Amino acid sequence: MDTTTRLRSFHQAAWNEPLIHEQTSLGERGYDPPTTEPGIVAAVGDGVSALPASLRRSSPPALPEVSQPAVLRHFLRLSQETLGQDINIHLGLGTCTMKYSPKVNEALVRSHKVTHLHPFQDDDTAQGMLEAIYRLERIICEISGMDRASFQPGGGSQAVYANARMIAACHAARGQADRDEIITTVFSHPCDGAGPATAGFKLVTLYPGADGLPSLDSLKAALSDRTAGLMITNPEDTGLFNPAIDRMVQLVHEAGGICHYDQANANGILGITRARDAGFDLCQFNLHKTFASPHCSMGMPVGVSAVSAELAPYLPKPTVEFDGERYFLDDDRPQSVGKVRAFHGVPATVVRSYAWVLALGAEGLREVAEIAVLNNNYLAKRLEGVPGLDVSYADTNNARRLEQIRYSWQRLHEDTGVTTLDLARRTNDFGVAQYFPSHEPWVVAEPMTLEPAESVSRADLDAYAEIIARVAQEAYDDPETVRTAPHRSAVHYLDPAPMDDPARWALTWRGWQHKHGVGA
Amino acid sequence: MMTPPAPKEQPVGLARAHPYIPNSAPRIREEMLAAIGVADADALYAAIPERLRFGRMLAIEPAVGSEVELRRRLETMLDRNVSARDQLSFLGGGCWPHYVPAVVDEILSRGEFLTAYYGETYSDHGKLQAFFEFASMVGDLVECDVVSQPTYDWGSAAASAILMAGRLTGRDRALVPALMAPERRSIIAGTCGARMRIEAVACDPATGAVDLAALDAALGDDVAGVYIENPAFLGMLEPDSAAIIGSAHAHGALGIVGVDATSLGVVEAPPRYGADLVCGELQGLGIHMHYGGGTIGFIASADDPRIVAEYPTFLVGAGRTVADEWGFGEVRWDRMAYVQRGEARDFTGTTQCLWAIGVAVYLALIGPDGLRELGTTIMQRSQYAAKRLGAIRGVRAPAFAAPFFKEFVIDLSGTGRSVADVNRTLAGAGIHGPLDLSRHLPALGQSALVCVTETHTQTDIDRLADGIAAAVAQER
Repeated sequence: MDTTTRLRSFHQAAWNEPLIHEQTSLGERGYDPPTTEPGIVAAVGDGVSALPASLRRSSPPALPEVSQPAVLRHFLRLSQETLGQDINIHLGLGTCTMKYSPKVNEALVRSHKVTHLHPFQDDDTAQGMLEAIYRLERIICEISGMDRASFQPGGGSQAVYANARMIAACHAARGQADRDEIITTVFSHPCDGAGPATAGFKLVTLYPGADGLPSLDSLKAALSDRTAGLMITNPEDTGLFNPAIDRMVQLVHEAGGICHYDQANANGILGITRARDAGFDLCQFNLHKTFASPHCSMGMPVGVSAVSAELAPYLPKPTVEFDGERYFLDDDRPQSVGKVRAFHGVPATVVRSYAWVLALGAEGLREVAEIAVLNNNYLAKRLEGVPGLDVSYADTNNARRLEQIRYSWQRLHEDTGVTTLDLARRTNDFGVAQYFPSHEPWVVAEPMTLEPAESVSRADLDAYAEIIARVAQEAYDDPETVRTAPHRSAVHYLDPAPMDDPARWALTWRGWQHKHGVGA
Repeated sequence: MMTPPAPKEQPVGLARAHPYIPNSAPRIREEMLAAIGVADADALYAAIPERLRFGRMLAIEPAVGSEVELRRRLETMLDRNVSARDQLSFLGGGCWPHYVPAVVDEILSRGEFLTAYYGETYSDHGKLQAFFEFASMVGDLVECDVVSQPTYDWGSAAASAILMAGRLTGRDRALVPALMAPERRSIIAGTCGARMRIEAVACDPATGAVDLAALDAALGDDVAGVYIENPAFLGMLEPDSAAIIGSAHAHGALGIVGVDATSLGVVEAPPRYGADLVCGELQGLGIHMHYGGGTIGFIASADDPRIVAEYPTFLVGAGRTVADEWGFGEVRWDRMAYVQRGEARDFTGTTQCLWAIGVAVYLALIGPDGLRELGTTIMQRSQYAAKRLGAIRGVRAPAFAAPFFKEFVIDLSGTGRSVADVNRTLAGAGIHGPLDLSRHLPALGQSALVCVTETHTQTDIDRLADGIAAAVAQER
């Protein structure tokens, strides 16, 4: 493959922008709150005299003092130093399902009909929002085969946690509260461990066999009368679909457990295979991943908890119901686990995702899945022959990968000493965000996880493959350039060591001044 | 339960490219399939056993044909909502109608921020600098050197802070005020419930403040932390905050204070009255309500390595690059659930981080003087509202004899009318009435929580007062 033709000459915006506190100009201000009418002042005086002396602010907060144009310019510069999905080929963030978030959906949720709604206003005045929630719940149930769903959890991790709470509640109702072990796999998302651990469970983690998949025997060995359930991602982050997933569910059910299907990696299986049809009792989707809501710099997300009829009584409350004429919130759910998040989660994200599904329909969703898998396999084909690169478990499992692949640079590392983190930094110099290696622990050595969602074009895939081939070749020809990367990013190499050193780390400007003196 | 076997439908892709899916163009799709050597898309799924394959198309609403139709359909649906711009609103209770400066909306609409995700030191330098500045400015408000990146909301911040106190002290009991928000209490009790007991301390029925005698009776050497709020769910400030935290400290427990951060221009920073851990809600500082999706919680403390080790959230630290530029990274990554997995005792994930940028822009704009002015005007307006409402025959306002910030309770019991009744009348007059507490704290009877912010003019407040006066005077 010719690796020189399509690489662009790139330099990220590099403003060397001072911190906002360093831009303070005493007396400047960027916004005036309204002043109080004389009639109110005449009636109540200065207002703050009502505060007990011990609670009255004794010294003003050390906020910066900056004019409005300066604040605008500062944050616009920072935005330019950020490689969002909108401006780069963002397929390097495997497991994150970076895809196009349609702008029409943003136009919808910027209306005051969304932004200026209060979560406690009367249901009669929130019919549009409740209808969107209700309709997307029906769609999620059809996609998963489940009976009910809640959009209250604030992200995938919280949905997994909520599902663990529901598993505990269900066992308690069955008189089996002593079941206190959850089984997961090391290639499942870390939240499939942390969520149930927070809910009080002990975790049993299965490691893959030679084929990259957990074996039925290892599962059987883990099962006991302590087993509360299974919480597992499929397809796992390797991109391998576990073909025995329904057998695993069956074994866990026979042992008295309840099964949760982590569907964070659902982008390649929409309309292809369903959680409930594999026997699962609960699952979760991430609207900010599979369902195209923007990732919002790590929020605002929605994790959907979808459940079978048996688990439905335990869903977070309130649920959204429809009586044929009117949508309403139902708080009267005595077996509910209660609130996992304030109010109704992030309803604007529900609106965005509902709009995305409406723009696609059933055929479109199936196309999303198929193109995501096609893109992934096409990229893998383009990466064949890149020096030092392998597909994890390729020598022992030739099953076709679905929507992503965890690759390994172990051979390149042995040949050159260059690490996957070096390579990831170097890709930045070619205009793409540094790729995601892997969640911890790194079971696959020197990992790189790529997930080209359906919104990536063939030209993007070709360009990305050329960048990967180029940085790999550099690792052999000019390893120092790779090790000291990035060179054309917003900033240069940062020694990570101070981030683990209490004497040097600084989490705020105050903290920096206390440890390092005033200014940089 | 299982899908019945059905004749298999064999889709062959879309007839023409979908605008969101470049490679759905039939020509490109075919060429790519050929490039990887498979006959059709179905062959891509050879790894999924036939018994697990969904045998039909999804039965969902049909696709709309164009962006024009999509927009009309959704806008028609959403137009049925009655927003706080459509009519005056006095609803609060953890999500509040403050003003959002236009510069905040402008920055949050930037695609670079809107569509960034997990990028780190280099790809997303600007995002991380904004996060560091967010923590720095919240640190200025609460006078803490360590501030977390966002939690989902106030409740999750309080729950995580209480769990941190449990781990830091090795104790398993925490005390919270009986009059706190039931929803927040539910989040805390649920999140902490596996490892800690959360117990309510009685509040004085006249003032709503924590009853110091009840607190002393509840304290013991198994208490990890005492949690209080300034201002509390019902709007009051805890006049004896220092004494409460002093009692906690005397028993070796931590003082944990939850704040509505809009108050911090005029209300004291919690560490000055003894707080060890601060948490709370930032939505009022530059984020629209979004039907409750505008929440953004935080946790803060002194820079003690033992405490830092217990934060479950992302923590962004500053450093200097080899070229002497600012650079940012993750502090103590090893403490996080992403690494701890099944050993974790709390979790984080994708939370509310775009709002962190919004809060940073807001605080940079408003500055120290503006924040004091904001707090002042809110207190004047809310006191004026209490005065107007308290003058209505049969209405007690404020119902608790305690200083308050922007919210206060009114008791309608003396009017013989229910809050629901009065709110129906107000709705007819184009007003979202105050929060009906009979739904949330039934023990308070026919009471309501009135929220007044800087957005409420004297005319607005007079309208509310006149509306309630008219409602309670109506013949039943």
